[in-house]
Amino acid sequence: MAARKPNEARIVITGIGLAAPNGNNLTEFRKSLLAGKSGIQKFNVRYMGDVLAGICHFDPLKYQKKKELRRGTRAGSIAIYCAQEAIADTKLDLACLDKSRIGVYLGITEHGTVETENEIYEIKQFDYDVKYWSHHHNPRVVANNPAGEVTLNMGITGPHYTLGAACAGGNIGLTQGLQMLLLNEVDLALGGGVSESTGSFGIFAGFKSEGALASHPDPERACRPFDKDRNGVVVSEGGCTFVLERLSDALKRGAKIYSEIVGYSINSDATDFIFPDKERQIQCIKLALNKAGISPEDIDIINTHGTGTIEGDPVECQAIRELFGEYPHAYINNTKSFIGHTMGAAGALELAGNLPSFEDYIVHPTINLDHLDPECPLNNLVINEPKKIDKVDYILNNSFGMLGINSVVIVKRFKE
Amino acid sequence: MTKQQIKDTILEIIAQIIPDEDLSNLKGDIPIREQVELDSMDFLDIVMELRKRYGIEVPEDEYMQLATLDSSAAYLEPRMREL
Repeated sequence: MAARKPNEARIVITGIGLAAPNGNNLTEFRKSLLAGKSGIQKFNVRYMGDVLAGICHFDPLKYQKKKELRRGTRAGSIAIYCAQEAIADTKLDLACLDKSRIGVYLGITEHGTVETENEIYEIKQFDYDVKYWSHHHNPRVVANNPAGEVTLNMGITGPHYTLGAACAGGNIGLTQGLQMLLLNEVDLALGGGVSESTGSFGIFAGFKSEGALASHPDPERACRPFDKDRNGVVVSEGGCTFVLERLSDALKRGAKIYSEIVGYSINSDATDFIFPDKERQIQCIKLALNKAGISPEDIDIINTHGTGTIEGDPVECQAIRELFGEYPHAYINNTKSFIGHTMGAAGALELAGNLPSFEDYIVHPTINLDHLDPECPLNNLVINEPKKIDKVDYILNNSFGMLGINSVVIVKRFKE
Repeated sequence: MTKQQIKDTILEIIAQIIPDEDLSNLKGDIPIREQVELDSMDFLDIVMELRKRYGIEVPEDEYMQLATLDSSAAYLEPRMREL
């Protein structure tokens, strides 16, 4: 058992703001996850026609002026919505906070692709004459754009940056926020992830060329991790921002505390550009368990990364079986089956969707699982229907990405 | 285009650039940027829109000609007369 940490060294989640294809806040999102409600729809993409995608339906004008929307990016807009909602959720008055002590740390899979594609499309009608290239291009495509737009919108003067971490980005934005609080660089961190990938035909075309873009006559049935008929990724947009604070600060102001982050880890496969590596995934989960000072048998819910690709899902299942096979009480689920792959937001959104389990003791399922792939057997995989369980003290969240980046976060039911 | 049509066109372009602003009382003889929130990047949007819509190039050292609605109309009229 790890030595008890002082409250200044314990980091808790005190606010959540999110935009998912099936919910504009945690209450709506959780309701959809328990009701089996997907957020996947047909979506027209330049050069490709109709594809399947997860699109968010929040009102961007809730926190932005029309001019800000025109000048900024979709990722910036999603990030602003999530950050504002997260602060509102804490009941903190932004005007009364020391804004130089707030940090914004957002994971991204990529940024700038959408804006660059749009500009090339625009100058095509001028025979590619670059004098028609927008002067707004550079501030839109700099990698810190989504986090920077948050600071502009909210007047935050502490540090802001994004963390490019492929599809592990959401967990890593959260982890970065935690680390900056531990280093006393900030007093409040907005950590999470964001994605505007659905605006890029290249993302869809790239998955299609890899043979990994999901298709299905019924959009809501397209994302089917662990099913033997799965055929790839559904690209989605989304965002999720957590407000993180030191426990000492949160207690002082009587904050609502969703959970404590007790374990986190990041490592690299160093094996392949796209194919995952079971051994490094196992190592990453073990690192997070060690940091939390717990064992595999302590975990109650595992949210899988599973994207619905033929190659990727079985590797994660093997990793989980090897680590948790002897301790079959952990319940396992998957969020992408509902909302597709929200890329840089995935880790953060998927963690958020599971946090209410600390209160309602319900594990949301993985949906669209009709015929379990014999390569993907898992103990206690919660299939198609939510499952009520007796104990929820620890939740483990996997997020893995291209170039072999792995991230794991473990959260614990908050107890003083 | 007449000078009035040119002014209306500039107003329509500005309305696209700063859609949150009320332009109904914009005075023709006072610099636009003194009357509404229009920063240098917004101003470049006016220049870009004139280029895209009408093929009109406004050199950087003549940007001041677009300071007011009246000066814009006077400056652009010789080039937009035939449009």
